[in-house]
Amino acid sequence: MKRLSLLAAAAAFALGAGAAQAADPLKVGFIYVGPVGDFGWSYEHDQARQAVEAEYGDKVETSYLESVPEGPDAERALRQMAQSGHDLIFTTSFGYMNPTLKVAKQFPDVKFEHATGYKRAANVSTYGSRFYEGRHVIGLLAGEMTKTNTIGYIGSFPIPEVVRGINAAYLAAKSVNPDVKFKIVWVNTWFDPGKEADAANALIEQGADVIMQHTDSPAAMTIAEEKGIFAFGQASDMKQFGPNARLSSIIDHWAPYYIERVGAMMDGTWESTDTWGGIDSGMVGIGEFSDKIPADLAAKATAAKEAIIAGELHPFTGPINKQDGSAWLAAGETADDGTLLGMNFYVEGIEGELPK
Amino acid sequence: MDMSALNPVAIAVALIVAATPLVFAAIGELVVEKAGVLNLGVEGMMIVGAIAGFAFTQETGSTTVGVLAALIAGALLAALFAFMTQVLMSNQVATGLALTLFGLGLAAMIGQPYSGIPAPPFPELAIPGLSTLPVIGPLLFAHDWLVYASLVLTAGVWWLLNRSRAGLILRAVGENHDAAHAIGYRVVAIRTAAILFGGACAGVGGAYLSMVAAPLWVEGMTAGRGWIALAIVVFASWKPWRAFLGAYIFGGVSIAQLNLQAMGVAIESQYLSMTPYLVTIVVLVIISADKARARMNAPACLGRPFFAAG
Repeated sequence: MKRLSLLAAAAAFALGAGAAQAADPLKVGFIYVGPVGDFGWSYEHDQARQAVEAEYGDKVETSYLESVPEGPDAERALRQMAQSGHDLIFTTSFGYMNPTLKVAKQFPDVKFEHATGYKRAANVSTYGSRFYEGRHVIGLLAGEMTKTNTIGYIGSFPIPEVVRGINAAYLAAKSVNPDVKFKIVWVNTWFDPGKEADAANALIEQGADVIMQHTDSPAAMTIAEEKGIFAFGQASDMKQFGPNARLSSIIDHWAPYYIERVGAMMDGTWESTDTWGGIDSGMVGIGEFSDKIPADLAAKATAAKEAIIAGELHPFTGPINKQDGSAWLAAGETADDGTLLGMNFYVEGIEGELPK
Repeated sequence: MDMSALNPVAIAVALIVAATPLVFAAIGELVVEKAGVLNLGVEGMMIVGAIAGFAFTQETGSTTVGVLAALIAGALLAALFAFMTQVLMSNQVATGLALTLFGLGLAAMIGQPYSGIPAPPFPELAIPGLSTLPVIGPLLFAHDWLVYASLVLTAGVWWLLNRSRAGLILRAVGENHDAAHAIGYRVVAIRTAAILFGGACAGVGGAYLSMVAAPLWVEGMTAGRGWIALAIVVFASWKPWRAFLGAYIFGGVSIAQLNLQAMGVAIESQYLSMTPYLVTIVVLVIISADKARARMNAPACLGRPFFAAG
């Protein structure tokens, strides 16, 4: 399967690349981990790609490869993209980190932008969003809205990005509901609607009445709608999949960043940077609140969002202990970005072992 | 750990939902391979069935029409494969792979207007009186009709292959197409029929995914299930009930591991994620352990093109 989708992607790409020789527009490539029609993560990246085209018209030419598996196969896709004359390549999943670095070394004249990673080079920038800020807001909602005090969480892979989201959501939920429990299921995939639906069902069976997810398809939302419980849109709004189930959503807005970076390439000011934008930068959007949310709770969540934007509230503010009881943050202390970016532990109170 | 939190009935019901698409796809492919044709396009036919079923249900409001459309769509894609491999004599492996790629792309294209719409509910065929019984009610008598259909399909294919004259002919074509041809059987026609049947089954399997299991349409939603179905056929050594069992083991272990995780069992999730593949392979290999017999069971002409010489 993996090899196949790559083959398909390569074929599609070869077709796309053939047509483009005429003028000399800036060639920008994108590599997606899922299909552009996943209505989640890859969909939002592709929306931003289209925004880049709309912004710069025929001064830019974009192409993309979808459903490129993470790991060694990504390297071939990347190399092909670099060889075919792309000037700037966005690699939009955590698992592309090492392949990106490796290919970037072989093509020093091509610029790379890697999403959600932490390794950089002279021609490799990293960018990501502080989704944990959004997780804080929806965590507050989840903690108050659950009646069974059980929140189900569908995780993809136990990488810092996902672990950080779990911790942020848990701390927020716990702050409004001391009895809240998180049940976490790892599906070890970003995109498999069938499996995501199965995971949602398993969590509901274990008493969860609010589902959070860190996977890319809206399958869990449809299950939540069917079973009459609550869920949150992930990456895109997903309202159409759960008109009653959806409480709010975390929406990825990549367009402002992509437009800025492509612009920097055009006027020659591009350099390797590390961008980590939060709600304040517009990169993390909070979807509108459902009318199922009581007004006072909605006000509380809105206040938290405003405080985060104003820089008055950090979702990781001490005292916080790690899961094993050892101290992490003292009272009033906030987490530094380095620890957040490499987060590989649960905070105190979360049950279950974090897969290594 | 609190084992009482594990509700075996709910798990069994989830298992059936996870296994049913695999049963359809695997049984269909099994018939194709028994006729001596290797069609690696199962994934493509499944996804085309998934979008056809979803789209026609949306347009007509009838899930029955949806399933029928999936069946036809799967068969149509299979017809393409049949034309290429049986008439134009193209390589079966390459054509099958191409069929998967084509199916994935075609489904994504057709599916664009259907992204972002929830599916209408699929009616359950609750048997009055029996479906409300504790435990066995939800377990045996409260499924959608496709689940029962998958059971009937498996039994029917078993009967066809092992107890009917038509099955004997089909197997003869798969074992030795030259001999079958020599005594007057129309190898190409029989194989084409088998390929269409396999496509129809895969189409329904895909539709089950988009209409029941995860009731929505998103690109690539079969996520490799066609390949699992193909593997199940081989490891089941081409026996329908073993393929059925394989699908249920795979589905069951997938569901069980998710439930175990939700309960907080301290096993690393990577190992749990591996278990469906491992357990299915191990079990099917063990029951097919007699190498000589397993080899006998593989259709001798599997994947070999047939030229009518003279």
